[in-house]
Amino acid sequence: MNTEFEPKIVGILCNWCSYTGADLAGISRIKYSANVRIVRVMCSGRVDPTFILKAFQEGADGVLVSGCHPGDCHYVDGNIKAMRRAPLITELLKQMGIEEERYKLVWVSASEGDKFARIVEEMVATLKKLGPFKPQGGVKKYA
Amino acid sequence: MPKLNLAVYWTAACGGCDVSILDIDEKILQVGELANIVLWPLAADGKYEDVEKMEDGAIDVCLFNGAIRLSEQEEMARLLRRKSKILIAYGSCACFGGIPGLANFFTKEEIVDRVYKDTPSTDNAEGMVPLATVQVPEGELSLPEFYNDVFTLPQVVEVDYYIPGCPPPVDLIVRAIDAIATNKLPPKGTVIAGQKALCHECGRVKEDKKVKEFKRPHEVEVDPEKCLLEQGIICCGPATRGGCGGRCTGVNMPCRGCFGPAAEVLDEGAKMVGAIASIIDSADPEEIKKINKMIVDPAGTFYRFGLPNSMLRRKRKEGKVS
Amino acid sequence: MLKKISIDPITRLEGHGKIDIFLNDEGNVENAYLQIPELRGFEKFCEGRPAEELPRIVSRICGVCPEAHHLASTKALDAVWSVEPTPTAKKLRELMYCAHIIHSHTAHFYALAAPDFVLGPDAKPEERNILGVIAKVGLEIGKEVIKHRSYAQQIQAIIGGKATHPVCGLPGGMSKGLNEDERKDIEEKAKSCVKFAKLSLKIFEDVVLKNKSYVELIQGEVYRINTYFMGLVDENNKVNFYDGKVRVVDQEGKEFAKFDAQEYLDHIAEHVEPWTYLKFPYLKKVGWKGFVDGVDSGIYRVGPLARLNVADGMATPMAQEAYERMYETLGKKPVQATLAYHWARLVELMYAAERLLELAVDEAITSKDIRRLPTATPSEGVGIVEAPRGTLFHHYRTDANGMIEKVNLIVATGNNNAAMNMSVKKAAQELIKNGQVEQGLLNMVEMAFRAYDPCMACATHSLPGQMPLEIRIFDAEKTLCHKIIR
Repeated sequence: MNTEFEPKIVGILCNWCSYTGADLAGISRIKYSANVRIVRVMCSGRVDPTFILKAFQEGADGVLVSGCHPGDCHYVDGNIKAMRRAPLITELLKQMGIEEERYKLVWVSASEGDKFARIVEEMVATLKKLGPFKPQGGVKKYA
Repeated sequence: MPKLNLAVYWTAACGGCDVSILDIDEKILQVGELANIVLWPLAADGKYEDVEKMEDGAIDVCLFNGAIRLSEQEEMARLLRRKSKILIAYGSCACFGGIPGLANFFTKEEIVDRVYKDTPSTDNAEGMVPLATVQVPEGELSLPEFYNDVFTLPQVVEVDYYIPGCPPPVDLIVRAIDAIATNKLPPKGTVIAGQKALCHECGRVKEDKKVKEFKRPHEVEVDPEKCLLEQGIICCGPATRGGCGGRCTGVNMPCRGCFGPAAEVLDEGAKMVGAIASIIDSADPEEIKKINKMIVDPAGTFYRFGLPNSMLRRKRKEGKVS
Repeated sequence: MLKKISIDPITRLEGHGKIDIFLNDEGNVENAYLQIPELRGFEKFCEGRPAEELPRIVSRICGVCPEAHHLASTKALDAVWSVEPTPTAKKLRELMYCAHIIHSHTAHFYALAAPDFVLGPDAKPEERNILGVIAKVGLEIGKEVIKHRSYAQQIQAIIGGKATHPVCGLPGGMSKGLNEDERKDIEEKAKSCVKFAKLSLKIFEDVVLKNKSYVELIQGEVYRINTYFMGLVDENNKVNFYDGKVRVVDQEGKEFAKFDAQEYLDHIAEHVEPWTYLKFPYLKKVGWKGFVDGVDSGIYRVGPLARLNVADGMATPMAQEAYERMYETLGKKPVQATLAYHWARLVELMYAAERLLELAVDEAITSKDIRRLPTATPSEGVGIVEAPRGTLFHHYRTDANGMIEKVNLIVATGNNNAAMNMSVKKAAQELIKNGQVEQGLLNMVEMAFRAYDPCMACATHSLPGQMPLEIRIFDAEKTLCHKIIR
């Protein structure tokens, strides 16, 4: 049987905008791939970079972090914090052999259900091209 | 009190840990009164065979320094674990992989090819590399296997205590010796060092952390009083366990994390990314990118002493990035 | 029928080593191999790191001589950025380095070498250590040893932050200067170190030179091979640890080559053998001829004896006196007797102590002018110092942003690798006859390489650690027929 690789994406979404946006996509019955597993946090600023590494360590093929658009943060500037972290996370992941396409930080408002669906579709397509992540460090040789 | 049986052993490391034990100076004589040194290859003739023959648990305390990257080192780690009541991961290499752990950015083949084939002084037209077993005219010689990965000691065997540092400072060694001598050992698994981040004990003045520009240590005359991070110099203090007293920051050089992650830090890289992001003085996406670009080699800096101990442990081989 | 004897691991050297000796039908030595079973790969994993971080990374090649790697690396960075350090920075580096030599030579002589001389090569293994030496020479001298090694460590820590793995070196200078209190403290300690060096030379005189059998042992055939020598000399051809030109002399003491750091590739190449992780450097212009000595073989030696052999003398008075005394006793230069390394080490201890004192009272030493910020685009550079164990080469190439592209290292103990192999074989041949293998004899084989103070940590950029001694004898079918444990 020739089953196509289905990437696992961990989607970490802020409570106020992006989670609602994703919810809207569902309510609006917008079709998008079922590859994303959603974790709801209060703010994209709450996404400690440790969460992202942890997702990869546990075998995620991609990590999608989504927050409110800059200026719209429920906590004023939580998403700016997320924005400041992103370039260094990308660089760190690259040095660890993790392609930059596997980690994305995006802004999705509560009304952008279609945008959320499109982002997921695009990411799934990219990850299918990249292939599975297969962490090498996560498994200890002598567990 | 009967004398303790003490072993000191060294694997993938530099020997600085052994030297640090000598740095306890006159106290070394006290060690002689307190303990029989049953194994310490650097300083004393002893018998590997005797260790093998010992009953399990016959060594009271083993200070094990060095990471694990050769088959022989793994065997020794397992043997000494069996023979030791208390096994202490001594120094950054045993605890976290240390500097030799940086080899996890590369594969075994990349390392061997560079060392034996590519360096400009190497004359090796036949492309010879060291082999596990070699036939020489007189017989067969063998070398231990070189693993693809560097491992920390606790990734190989169960460890009772950790004494971090590159090398561990004298007062921590003395503290450990006193605890052993008076039988007042902390709960198993304790890291014998500070519990908070290095910043808490660093003597530099911390005021307002707002940075628009990062500088490398050679590019700037540092203010000798002020927090290095506030001067735009990447310093791993926020993610690193204290207990060293700020030995490097004391001579105007930034921390590189030899004490490993502070008590509640799971991954130094992640922690440092968070710490740095919080001091970047900008809300403009382009400017933020520009400022971040000034930070070179983040993984090699944040994981300087602990790549094998990090969440991802090594660079992926398949990764299609440079 | 061949028999194989393994000494695994060799003890009392800083690192990990293994000796395999093969016997022939008569039970005489057919061949001997000193294997270095360790590799860490600094030449590879330094790639991608910022160049200015290298002094702090490469010092971890060796915790026994971290200052040597730290400073060779820092000097390579001066060259990479084409920046000349300020005079005070150079003096601070040399001052720290003199203290380092004192620490290293003291530790080697008393903890690693002295057991063989003070207690005798055939003393019981369990006594043959530093505590045994202290028991024999007396606690008072033992305390002096501990005190002065400690002084040397403290001086390095004042300048470098830590004695083991200093952090102070930057291209163009140092991270921190000395204040007057620190300087005074160092001056007092330096004075004391000079006295201690005197005491050490006297102990050597009393224990070794007054014992005729030791002198015979030093000068005898067992511990002699004929090689070239290499070491750093100053503009007057005097021994210098921190700076100068590399000088090579031949078996007759004639200058064979003299070159600057950046020319090292014209003079040195490294040979690879599949049975050890450590390469074999040799003189490129003579060539690799295998493990043979003599003028046609490019094998050379480095370290204390080599430095004295290549130099025309010592730059300080009491060291010069000790130097002269050594050559008067051992005959003409170059001295080829391997065990003379121990004596040369003590002559150097004296020089390091005297030079330390000179620098401690130098007016410029407390100047605040300790840094020159690099302005040129970084590219490539070579840094050389004399590590306690011999000439050390660090060669880096960077991109325009100062990120490391290539690293090449030739370390002190590596330089001696071929000579150590030959010394071990020679000693084994002289000491093992008709299959007679005794404990004292095996230690005497080990003495052949211990004289070089081999540092396997350095050598393999790369490793240390070893198990105690185990001798296994195999018959022709490779079955274990005999086992001796020291």
